[in-house]
Amino acid sequence: MRAVIVGCGRVGATMAQTLDTTGHEVTIVDLLTRAFDRLPATFRGNAVRGDGTDEDTLRRAGAEGADLFLALTEGDNRNIMAGQLALEALGIERVFAKVNDPVRAHAYAELGIGTICRTTMMADALLGALGQAGGGEPSIREGAGHHHGARSTTVPLAAAPADPVAVAAAREG
Amino acid sequence: MFVLVVGGGKVGYYLTKELSESGHEVVLMEKDRGRADQIADEIGSIVVAKDGCEGSALAEAGANRADAVAAVTGDDEDNLVICQMAKHHFAVRKTIARVNNPKNEPLFKHLGVDEIVSPTRMILGSIEQDIPVHELLHLASLSGDFELIEALLDDASPAVGRNARDLALPDGCAIVAIVRDDVAQAVRGDTVLRAGDKVIATGRPECEPALHETLIGVSAVG
Repeated sequence: MRAVIVGCGRVGATMAQTLDTTGHEVTIVDLLTRAFDRLPATFRGNAVRGDGTDEDTLRRAGAEGADLFLALTEGDNRNIMAGQLALEALGIERVFAKVNDPVRAHAYAELGIGTICRTTMMADALLGALGQAGGGEPSIREGAGHHHGARSTTVPLAAAPADPVAVAAAREG
Repeated sequence: MFVLVVGGGKVGYYLTKELSESGHEVVLMEKDRGRADQIADEIGSIVVAKDGCEGSALAEAGANRADAVAAVTGDDEDNLVICQMAKHHFAVRKTIARVNNPKNEPLFKHLGVDEIVSPTRMILGSIEQDIPVHELLHLASLSGDFELIEALLDDASPAVGRNARDLALPDGCAIVAIVRDDVAQAVRGDTVLRAGDKVIATGRPECEPALHETLIGVSAVG
């Protein structure tokens, strides 16, 4: 499998290393060369310095047509945009973006890209360790696939079982 | 009209001010509390010090009744998310995004952003208009993926000396007007084109190579 990872933080570097040692072809992109210090000396994949939300950079890194794309930077919106670029412009079918805001994580899974939400994941894990039930929201969601223009997606979203905005507002209130 | 402006930088600040002065209802969202307070001191209490990328904050600012949302922060990714949230969660009729990287325009368009404003593209456009290269100039993008294009004819142009009706224009392409001696005039079928004419045409971007060939010739670098 050919995998592209944007963001060489702790999670990105761990995924890169693991996929590399299990025989996959890995390209990892980060704005800072220093971030690649997190990779082990034995890493055989490509490390590319550049902006992972920039289509040119991703193409130069050979991302087009990859089998897997993981957007794991610290910025939710950067990950969302990189993920949508990968899905819509680079022809990558399996895309996950780290989106720590649960509302956006829910919304974007419906808009096409897979999302993973550290907030929900950690809260549920901690609650589990304390013997309490979690919030019931999945922390990782598969994406619904390609976007077909604004008009067609408005309908399924409105018909979604729970309105994420209302859920968030209720939680905050 | 009720407009929600997201991003309290220079663009957001002046946009809010102008809209408000021309009688529109405006709310400005700026996530930096200090900057939000500063703007509120100057233009009044129409500033919400919250992050416009958050669904709950958009709801609080009144996104569900906004006629338009203008995402004008300095970050393309934030502007995309703001517009997508506005469109898909709040069914805002018109979403407008500021885009810094002109290459993001097609993606934003594809993902449902209604209007895309690219300062980079605009500045690029005005530079290109000052360069007398024999190329097609983009005057404007019209809705529905239509472009307004200008071509300056010189002696080498295959169109010179021919009637407008005899030009082999690509399908869906039309000559709208010519500018001759600095005067714009309508084009009739029997208008004979001359060197020095500026031809104004409309068409889809994919017509450009054929239009280039007809008006400027194949010898120029496309």
